Formats: sequence, C-alpha cells, structure tokens
Amino acid sequence: MFDASVGLNHYLLLSVLLFVIGVAGVIFRRNAIIMFMSIELMLTSVNLTILAYSRYLGDHTGHVLVLFVFAVAAAEAAVGLAILVELFRKRDTVDVDRFRQLME
Amino acid sequence: MHPITVEYLRWIVLLPLGGAAFLGITNRRLPTVVVSLVASLTVLGSFLLSAQAFFALRALPTAGRLLTDRVYSWMPVGDLRIDVSFMVDPLTAVMILFVTGVAFLIHIYSIGYMKGDRGYQRYFAYLNLFVGMMLILVLSDNLPLLFVGWEGVGLCSYLLIGFWFEDLANSAAGKKAFLVNRIGDFGFLLGMLLIARTLAGKVGGENLFSFAVMAQHTSLLAPVATAIGLLLFMGATGKSAQIPLFVWLPDAMAGPTPVSALIHAATMVTAGVYMVARMNFLYVLTPTAMAVVAVIGALTALVAATIAVTQDDIKKVLAYSTVSQLGYMFLACGVGAFGAGIFHVMTHAFFKALLFMGAGSVIHALHHQQDMRYMGGLRSKMPVTFVTMFAAMLAISGVFPFAGFFSKDEILYNTFLDSKVLWAIGYAVAGLTAFYMTRLLALTFFGKSRVDEEHVHEVHESPLSMTIPLMVLGVLSLIGGWIGWPHFLGGSNRFETWLAPVFRHGMEGEAMAHGAENAVHASAAAHAALAHGAETAVHAGGSTELALAVASLALALLGIAVGFVVYLRRLDVAEAARRAAGGRLYWLLKGKYFVDEIYEALIVRPGYWLSDIVFFRFTDAGLIDGVLVNGTARSLGILGSVLRLLQNGMLRWYAYSFTLGVLVILFYLVRHL
Repeated sequence: MFDASVGLNHYLLLSVLLFVIGVAGVIFRRNAIIMFMSIELMLTSVNLTILAYSRYLGDHTGHVLVLFVFAVAAAEAAVGLAILVELFRKRDTVDVDRFRQLME
Repeated sequence: MHPITVEYLRWIVLLPLGGAAFLGITNRRLPTVVVSLVASLTVLGSFLLSAQAFFALRALPTAGRLLTDRVYSWMPVGDLRIDVSFMVDPLTAVMILFVTGVAFLIHIYSIGYMKGDRGYQRYFAYLNLFVGMMLILVLSDNLPLLFVGWEGVGLCSYLLIGFWFEDLANSAAGKKAFLVNRIGDFGFLLGMLLIARTLAGKVGGENLFSFAVMAQHTSLLAPVATAIGLLLFMGATGKSAQIPLFVWLPDAMAGPTPVSALIHAATMVTAGVYMVARMNFLYVLTPTAMAVVAVIGALTALVAATIAVTQDDIKKVLAYSTVSQLGYMFLACGVGAFGAGIFHVMTHAFFKALLFMGAGSVIHALHHQQDMRYMGGLRSKMPVTFVTMFAAMLAISGVFPFAGFFSKDEILYNTFLDSKVLWAIGYAVAGLTAFYMTRLLALTFFGKSRVDEEHVHEVHESPLSMTIPLMVLGVLSLIGGWIGWPHFLGGSNRFETWLAPVFRHGMEGEAMAHGAENAVHASAAAHAALAHGAETAVHAGGSTELALAVASLALALLGIAVGFVVYLRRLDVAEAARRAAGGRLYWLLKGKYFVDEIYEALIVRPGYWLSDIVFFRFTDAGLIDGVLVNGTARSLGILGSVLRLLQNGMLRWYAYSFTLGVLVILFYLVRHL
C-alpha cells in the first residue's frame, strides 16, 4: 500500500503546497520584498506543475515553456526590485500598507 | 348617371390657400397695395370659379347635377381609400357662392378697417387661409377631407381671434375658442370612426367615407345612426356654437371686427349646419338624433336671444344674436327642413356680415368704443352705415320683404308642422330678435349723442372700401331671400327646388323609417319631405303658412315698435324692466346665465387641479423627474459610493479579493463540471 516511488501526484501536491504558501505570503505579509518572494514562489510552483505534466505525458514542449517563464520572471524581478529600491529611497519603508496611491 | 369631372374645382380651394402661403412666406416684406390685391383677388377668383361651377351645374338635368374633381389619392390603406376629391352639388354650390362672395366683401372691407395695422400682411394671410379651409370643408366629397377643413377653420379662428395677441385677454379668447371646439371635434372624430367601423369590410375597395357611398349604404348605417348622428352633432355644437359649447363665440369678439363678420356669417359657424345638412341621409334614419338637434337648436335660440337683450357691448349683442340664429338653423334641420336651414344660413350670411361690418364701421369711427351706452345719434353722421344696418335689422327681424323673412318663416312653418312647443319657442325668439336688434339700432343711431366730448366732432363716415361692401350686402339683405319666394305668396320657391336633389335621401330614409315602424317622431321628416317635394301638399298647407307668416310679421313689427318706443321715448320702462322681479332676472341675463362661471367651477377649476396636483406635481415632477430622471442618477450614485469602498488602495486587500474570486470560480467549476 505504500508506494515508495515518486509519481505525478506527489509533484502536484508539492506544487499546490508551494502555491498556497505563495498566496498566503502575498495576502498576509506587509513587507514588499516578502510579497515579491511569495510571487516568485507561486511562479515556481506553476513551473513545477508544467514540468511534472511534461514528464508524465512525455511531451518536451513543457520544458521549453518553463525556460521562457524563468526568463520572464527574471526580467520581472529586475523591474520589480528596481521599483522597490526607488520606493524605499523616497519613503524609507517597504511596508505596502503605507502605500495607498492605488486608491487614486 | 356619371358625374362630370371639371378640373377647376381644385382652383377654388387652391387660390385662397396659395394666397395665404404667398402672403405668409413673404410676411412684412410686401407693400400694402400688393397684399390687398393678392388677398382680395384670390378670393374673387374663387368666387368667379364658384359662379362658373354654379352655372355649369344649372345647365345639367336635375338628376345629374354633380361636378367632381378627384385631385389625388390621399390615404390608400389596404381596402380603405381616402381621396382628396372635391365635388359640387346644389348644396355645395349654394355654400361656395355665398362663402366666397361674402368673404370677398369682407376682404375689401378689411382693406379699410385694418389700414395701418402692424400685422396687416399676417392678417390677410390668415384671412385667405380661413377662406381656403372653409372651401375645403364645403367642397369635400368625403368626411375625412371635410374634417381637414373643419379643423382648419378652427385653427384660423384661433389665429384671428387672438390676432392682437399682445393683449392677454385676446389670446385667452383665442385659446378658449380653440379648446371648446376641440371638445366638439372629439365627438366628430368618434362619429367618423364609428362610421368606419360600421362600414369597414362591407363596402369593399371603395372610399367608404365618401358621402355618395355612405348615402348608398344607409341600411348598414341604420342600426348605429342615432349614435353617429349624436356624435357628429356634438362636433356641430362646438363649431356652430350651440348649447352646451356656445361659450366661445361671444368671446370670439376679441378679434378684429371683420373677422367676427367672417366667423359669424360666411364661415366657421355655418360649418355645423352644413355638415348636418350634408349628412341628412343619416339623420333622417334617426328620429332621436333629429329630436335632439331640434330641441338643442330651439333652446339655444331662446337662451342666446334673452342674453342679447341685456348686453351693452354692440359686438356682444351681435354675437349672441348669431348664436340665436344658428339655433334656428339647427331647429330647421332637426325638424327635417334641411333646405330651410341652409336657406337661413345664406340669408343670415348676408345680414349678419352686414351687421358686423356696420358695427365695425361705428367702432372705427368712435376710436374703438364698443359700449352702446356711449354711442347714440350717429344717424346723420354715418348715413350709409345707418341705412344699411337698418336694412339688416329689418332682415334679421323677419320683416317682409327682407331676406330674413323668407328663411325664418319657412323654418317656423316647418317647425309648426312638427311640434307646436318648438314653434312657440321659435316664435317667441323671433319677437325677441326684433326687439334687441331695434334696441341696438336705437342706442347706436338714434337719440342724443352720448359720445365722448373729445371724439364727438371727429365722428365721420367710413371710407369707400368699407361702405361699398356695406351697400352690396344691404342690397343682398333686401333681395337675397327672393329666390326662396314661397308658393303661398305666388312664388315658386326656386331655392327649395334647387336643393331638392340633395335632400331626396330624406324621403327615401323616411320611407324606411316607416317600414321599421319607427314612426313616432317620423311625421317630422315626412312633413318636411312633403313640403320640399310634392306641390299639392304645399298648396294644401298654404293657408296655414300664410297665417303663420302674418303672425310672425306682426310680432316682428311689434318687437320693433316696442324697441323704439322703449329706448327712444320711455327709458323708464327699460329701467323698470331691469328692476322687475327684484332685479334677479336682469342679473341672470346680464350675467349670461353664468354659464362661463359654471363651466369655470365644474370643468376649468377641476381641470387645473387635476393638471397641477396629478399631472404636474405627481406625474411630472414626482414620477418622471423624481423617480425616472433623478432617481436613476441617484441610485447610480449610491451604487458608486458602495463600490468606492472596495477601491481602498490596499494592495493586500486587492490580492485577497482576487484570490477569493478565483476560489469562488474554482468552486463553481468543480461543482458543475
């Protein structure tokens, strides 16, 4: 009854866990850098899902797609961090609850 | 027999309408001379064409006297076809001749009367439009086109009564005329729709509204004839100022005096009588409607005549006199003597136009003084006006051999055959008429002058353009009735013979009514039919007719004599009469039976209340402005202020709701797919 081999379901379970942790991080943490990291975590969990299915179905298109996602995530992280640095310079904080300009 | 098509009939209508359009479009840009010429010559042209139509008609054999001119198909809707189509039969020929003739004289008169008025061109544009609309009304060969003219004269009366609209009272009088007429028109429209409903589908592919088609299918109309007759008569009470809708006519005096002459004599008010006479084939089917017409006519004649006795405004006296004379005409139609009614329409057109224009001449000379208490002694200063008005007074009083004698006598004779009570009312009114007309003349032209000291030396006879129409109408008031010279006086009553083909349906319908054992009241139309047609019956009734004529002549002379004695020698008698019965009677008559006040209280006030509270405050301001317009805006505003709470700028709140949304969608998908 205990199957020692690692199968598709394990990958998917891990992926869901990572995603939920990422969502919780975005919702509950106020530090912009932590939120940023949580978003990266969610991206990674999606990548993991894609790779798991790719292996499972024997279709290597998924591997290529993941490489693209990494590339976009890296670019996004660069822009996002740049914005964060700029915000910190202006306001001396990265607490997102202190930024409410989105209201306007 | 096939009717004869003549294309000039349309020009009788188009000339004045064209004149109106031309004068209206070029308003205030033309010299006075051009305006006067265009306005009068177009009407003169119509008159000449009418005369041509008349002579063409007379040349035809009696049975085939019908000219038609189908201009175009106005409303071809499925089976229904309504044409713009004109016709001239003996009845229409009479109408167009005196309408255009009298209107032409009024145009000439207006040139003098309206001289120097700021709205000179506008005035003549309206006047031409009025004549054109009246001609559409009488020339139409079907009911809807008649209705166009019917509404058209209503519109023009509004425009002309309120002509001097700077004075609020005048425009109020115009509005009153328009609204009161509208009530009648509502009935007219319902009557027309009832005809359509009755005939639709049964008269296939034809113009079911044309008079010829309706007259052929009287058997289909017979079951609803009473309803149709009464509804159409409701229209006639509005247009021809009968009880209960006569209130607009006295107020119509607000317009320029020639307009009063036009409305009261040649056009507008005669439309109701004409319509009833035109629909004679329908009315003879329904003794009930005929009785209503006769009773309303007699009562109106009496009520208006009693009011006329007490009025001080010269135009008001004439106005109530018109209402009273119109009552006579309906009385005639109601007892089946349509020919006599139309005869009185024509003679009345002559002498009433003359009376109004004579009054206008006096008012003109006295610088717009209309109160007879400030007139008097004008006889020597205005001889032409005096002589012609005297002739008109004799005519309206029914003195032999003036025009009114013949027509009024024929009406009274036919009424006598039908109902002694109605005859007694008509007879009494004849005496009253003679009395109040004499009073008018005595107060205006005889006795000592009561004119203002300032103006008394300026009083002078009116210019020729005003006196010539007076003279022409004066002659017509004398000889205009001779074409109806009755048999018992050795004449041949050519007027009746001329109209007989139009009213022959009367006799056929009468036969039907007898067949239906519906004949309780039917003796009315039977007598009328006999009086119209069979010569033997006329001769048999000759001695009665002679006796009645002598009696009414005697009464007329008595009325005139009393009038002169009281208002020239014995003013104390008039004063005593005023005080009689504690002054109550005088108070009631002077107040015109307070009909206006009663309508004000019963209809106008509740109308205002309804408009203000229900229609304005509740419906318009409350429901439409409040709920629909502002309500929409306000509810969107409230929705917005709720939604605004969601957009609080908290990044984590956004992420939270975003996640929640995704979860809800996921939940839905999992459950349902």
